[in-house]
Amino acid sequence: MEYFAIIIGAIFVNNIVLAQFLGICPYIGVSAKVSTSVGMSGAVLFVMTLATIVTFLIYNYVLEPFNITYLQTISYILVISSLVQMVEIILKKVSPELYQALGIFLPLITTNCAIMGVALLTIQNEFTLLQGVVFAISHAAGFALAIILFAGIREHMELMDLPKAMRGAPAALVVAGILALAFMGFAGLV
Amino acid sequence: MKQWKNFTKGFIKDNPVYILLLGLCPALGVTTSAFNGLGMGLATTFVLLGSNTVVSIIKNLIPNKVRIPSFIVVIASFVTIVQLTMEAYMPDLFESLGLFIPLIVVNCLVMGRAEAFASKNNIGSSIVDAMGMGLGFTLALTMLGGVREILGAYSIFGIQLIPGVTDGMLVFVLAPGAFIGMGYLIILFNYLKKKTA
Amino acid sequence: MAKKESTFLNMVLSLFLVTAAASFTLATVYNLTAEPIAQAREAKRQFAISQVVPEFDRLESKMFLPPDGGDSLEFNFAYLNNELVGIAVNTWTNRGYSGRITAMVGFYPDGRISDVVHLQHKETPGLGDKIDKSKSDWSDQFKDIDPETTTLKVRKDNGDIDAITAATITARAYCDAIQRAYDTFADHVLSQTKQEEGLEL
Repeated sequence: MEYFAIIIGAIFVNNIVLAQFLGICPYIGVSAKVSTSVGMSGAVLFVMTLATIVTFLIYNYVLEPFNITYLQTISYILVISSLVQMVEIILKKVSPELYQALGIFLPLITTNCAIMGVALLTIQNEFTLLQGVVFAISHAAGFALAIILFAGIREHMELMDLPKAMRGAPAALVVAGILALAFMGFAGLV
Repeated sequence: MKQWKNFTKGFIKDNPVYILLLGLCPALGVTTSAFNGLGMGLATTFVLLGSNTVVSIIKNLIPNKVRIPSFIVVIASFVTIVQLTMEAYMPDLFESLGLFIPLIVVNCLVMGRAEAFASKNNIGSSIVDAMGMGLGFTLALTMLGGVREILGAYSIFGIQLIPGVTDGMLVFVLAPGAFIGMGYLIILFNYLKKKTA
Repeated sequence: MAKKESTFLNMVLSLFLVTAAASFTLATVYNLTAEPIAQAREAKRQFAISQVVPEFDRLESKMFLPPDGGDSLEFNFAYLNNELVGIAVNTWTNRGYSGRITAMVGFYPDGRISDVVHLQHKETPGLGDKIDKSKSDWSDQFKDIDPETTTLKVRKDNGDIDAITAATITARAYCDAIQRAYDTFADHVLSQTKQEEGLEL
């Protein structure tokens, strides 16, 4: 029941993009095509889960016992950026196909505040490791849902005759606003 | 003259939020009121100022290959300083900005200026650049916060515009209003940019 | 501009120096701000307590477990001239529209509620945030009611509390938090004082 609440909450109610405003840069940046947004979602799922596990261990077994939690921000960002590098190198060697699919998105992920945000929220909510992992996976799923829906709409918008000033980012943001409005309907579900 | 141009470019021509589309997460997330937008903008300006200064000082001492990690450490330190200072002296603002304070560290604007400007220019220009870009960012956030507060709560900086009326068009304070408000402000800034160019 | 050449030694050395300098600076800032942060938190707690109980000159804090389990609640006993004038209970609920809400509930020693203020919430601005005293006088209706005779539920659930327009879930959650405070208070404090009174009679 508890896990169910975490999953529904993360995917629909507190959708990471549309309700919490995390990961907006890739959301606007790589959502022009459905295929690229699927790739980005895959990369986010992968890194977000790994980053949450590693930062959880660091917080609970290094920062907390030594009473240096004020180094949280600095250690998280270092861990996340080196993790991304490492994943890139390992993926290149182990699974070239996966690297082909996710490769170009990985460097973009370091500055994706969704990753760091979820890592910080896991600590803030005082989750256990397993809860944290479920939390991270559901948030990544929420990200995927939001960005793929959005990319689908944007592909159709390409064909529309919009006023010149609205083309590009402004229209995309207004559409995101309407999607956010739709997602507000999920509020209160859990 | 050159420095003045360097300073003002962040206001309209290269406005970090509306023209360059950098730092969108905090711009959307904290701007439920003009005051929150202003607070977040100034916090980011401080980090930008600190990181640009330090990066331009150490740029010749750092080997090229470990440049980025060193910059990240510098930025993260300034973010933590802001975080601790704000918690101590402005606890209410700290609470309402919440998660977005530590997330300044992943704001593309800060890293972008360190890498693209401060690592190539002297201290003086880097400080001017940080001030200009930071104030442009602050302007952007305060404007979006102002628009959302005026429409959503009929008030500005907490002052009621229509006495006795507290409920505005709520949707502007909520998530959808952030996206829609920003969409229209981008149109405005594109127009202003064309006008001034 | 000549970029410095990257050798293994100078890379390791410069990264080490940068991180060492950063950690040192942060440790200094942390030590400087540790006390103001603690003071700011304490001031906030004191302020919340002073809002919900009558004037006092001494505080005593104790933790009690609520009867339904969950996190224990902090009870702040407020005394004026060594006489108990009120008890401020730091309570919580997880049933808010957007998760956890914490509040400070003040009781008179006889069990009536003196006042309630929220501490932290993430409710919708303009709707659920009416629990905030600075936004609306909604929470004033809890003043002076006795949970023994008044049902702490919104009218929709056959209770005696007016809900917040368009934010019934928030109002329900707030009632839940206050009820938790009262149940714990009745269990651990009220039962004792009643026993003592009984002995005196």
